[in-house]
Amino acid sequence: MKPLELADDALIAAQRLSEWVSRAPTLEEDVALANIALDQLGAARLWLQGLGDEDQLAYLRSDFEFRNCLLVELPLGGYRGELDFGWTVAWLLFLSAAQSLRYKDLAGSDAVAAKAVKESAYHLDHATQWTIRLGDGTEESRRRIQAAIDEYWPYTHELTEGVRERWLSIVEPVLARATLTQPGEDGWKPSGGREGRHTEHLSYLLAEMQSLHRAHPGAPW
Amino acid sequence: MVTPYEAAAAVVDPELRVVTIAELGILRDVSVVDGRVRVTITPTYSGCPAIDAIRDDIRSALARAGYEGADVVTSLSPAWSTDMITESGREALARNGIAPPGSHECPQCSSGHTLQISRYGSTPCQALFKCLGCHEPFPLVKTL
Repeated sequence: MKPLELADDALIAAQRLSEWVSRAPTLEEDVALANIALDQLGAARLWLQGLGDEDQLAYLRSDFEFRNCLLVELPLGGYRGELDFGWTVAWLLFLSAAQSLRYKDLAGSDAVAAKAVKESAYHLDHATQWTIRLGDGTEESRRRIQAAIDEYWPYTHELTEGVRERWLSIVEPVLARATLTQPGEDGWKPSGGREGRHTEHLSYLLAEMQSLHRAHPGAPW
Repeated sequence: MVTPYEAAAAVVDPELRVVTIAELGILRDVSVVDGRVRVTITPTYSGCPAIDAIRDDIRSALARAGYEGADVVTSLSPAWSTDMITESGREALARNGIAPPGSHECPQCSSGHTLQISRYGSTPCQALFKCLGCHEPFPLVKTL
């Protein structure tokens, strides 16, 4: 994967996750999700700094110039619905399993990946524990996370390009332990993010993320 | 006269205010290049928001010691790990109620009977525990 793809996956994931700040089911989980978002943002910034001006790259590119995979831009809940914790856990499981593999592969040649690899393993561990608790939890928690797994699954093909077998070997046992059903394949594998063809969700996300900088260029805290 | 290294090494971490950046293992190098002090640090976590404050604190500490205009650069490799915290750093953390990495002992009463409350804490590098002996909650520096 190219540094811009790694950076954009992490940056858009950070923005998505930060939607949870002050709204998570418990205080501890609020802190956890914010910290995971911060790790993602940190890795994204380090890669972007290596590619040019980080503010320009984060705040002044248009949607079609982003190279993240589609999964990271999808809402963390049903289509344009409310934020849903079950959906968030499934999304984080899929994403962190893929990121931990990519970072491990790159750790020898990429200092940012070498830095992020342990952080990513911790995200994967967190998502794994929650997947098991929600899947093997109540009727409602199970229904919600299963719905998310079914919805996100087709997007994992783009996410895991080149590492799918190894990714499955991480995700499959977790779903099994959580007594969740792994979706079958129907041939639908949405992609295009790496070429800049995104879903409409990215445009809304960028509008929120970029509006301040575009209105007040260079505004510091 | 304080050397540039001594001035930089004495800077305390802005979030874990009981240890210096040298004890925390994030101070990599202090050198003088063409008459200017150049300090190399490494972040604990990639998104650690304290890194900017640390950079400013190093510059002002050096300025106070008579070294104006120091450069502070960041180096990622080798990646920081909690093994880089010095023995005196571990002791200072424990003395101030923060369990050092790898220890699950209560820093208040030394009971080993403790429970993780939250995998994440008030800073990226900490988790939250509570002691089942003295019932006090305490932060712990996560092993990384």
